[in-house]
Amino acid sequence: MASVTNGFMKFFRGSGPGPEGLTAESANKRLSRRSSGLGELARTLASDESLCVLDIGSTSPTNIRYLTERGHKIYSEDLLIASTDPSLIAKDEQGNSVLDSKKFLSENLVFQAAQFDVVLCWNLADYLDESLVKPTVGRLWSVLKPGGMLLAFFHTKEAGPDAPCYRFHVVGNDLLEMQPIGGRREVRRGPTGAVHTSVGGGFRLQRVFNNRHIETLFRDFASIKFFLARDNVREVLVVR
Amino acid sequence: MDTPKTGEFAHIGKSVIIKGELSGSEDLYIDGQVEGNIELAGNQLIIGPNGQVRANVNAKGVVVQGKLDGNIRASDRVELQKSAIAVGDVVSKRISIEDGAYLKGKVDIQRDGVKAESAAATAGASGAGKTPVT
Repeated sequence: MASVTNGFMKFFRGSGPGPEGLTAESANKRLSRRSSGLGELARTLASDESLCVLDIGSTSPTNIRYLTERGHKIYSEDLLIASTDPSLIAKDEQGNSVLDSKKFLSENLVFQAAQFDVVLCWNLADYLDESLVKPTVGRLWSVLKPGGMLLAFFHTKEAGPDAPCYRFHVVGNDLLEMQPIGGRREVRRGPTGAVHTSVGGGFRLQRVFNNRHIETLFRDFASIKFFLARDNVREVLVVR
Repeated sequence: MDTPKTGEFAHIGKSVIIKGELSGSEDLYIDGQVEGNIELAGNQLIIGPNGQVRANVNAKGVVVQGKLDGNIRASDRVELQKSAIAVGDVVSKRISIEDGAYLKGKVDIQRDGVKAESAAATAGASGAGKTPVT
């Protein structure tokens, strides 16, 4: 994984001033898209059994309603916002600023092993600081039940460095609404040199994973299925 | 929900800091700091935009506009408004979360129907033949 995070995937990091802030109007605008990955996951979510679902995207009332209406329990934890906590900044052996992944995982994703049937990861890995990606995926593996499923989205290279970060709302069995996360124009450079828009505002795409990187990232999982969407996004459904 | 008129709610102003257990039988508006437990079964709690509460809350209805670090148990509904930052688990019959609100925790919606089914199943299993409580 180190080769993954240190090599090819620095594609966009620090490559510019970051995306322009979004206006309030555009931040409220939602785009609809079909999701094959969600469509496949929906069969699991249609279960009569009460499932335990972890949503680690931005808090979505729609997702909470969708899942609780089906009798499932949902845990909401916005990891991207949590990763901007200034107290996470630490120095590595070379004196470079990094985010302290141990501290991050001591404060986030603190659950019993094998607690969840489903994890909605959305596009977290594309926007999360590099030092947190692998540890976070490792923790997600441990909190998923064997046979549990994780849905993640990854941009393709064609998406470009200014691909907006979205909040995903589940509005149908295979239908999502995407709402840009943003609204403020403040731009800051993160602890590792990555450029972010303001905390609570938009986030910048940090890297692009190709298929091999994604397989490496999820190599501890039992299976992985790719769905290539038309909007320069790869959907990935992995099973522990 | 707007800030309630003082006469409608017991009011803890933003300069007030309370540590300990709060309980009562009237609606409460907190715009200050509270640390402990809050027990308002049958009544409403509003945590105002300046409110900072570190407590487990039990009330009929809970509206959060400020910060809450603790679990919420509401017999009726929970409302997290757009400025809300809530860390803790929520158990309620209904929940409303505005765009922009932050929630870190579990949401468990309790349904009367589920309770009835559960009660019926329990009664059936025990063979007691009691009428399910709804």
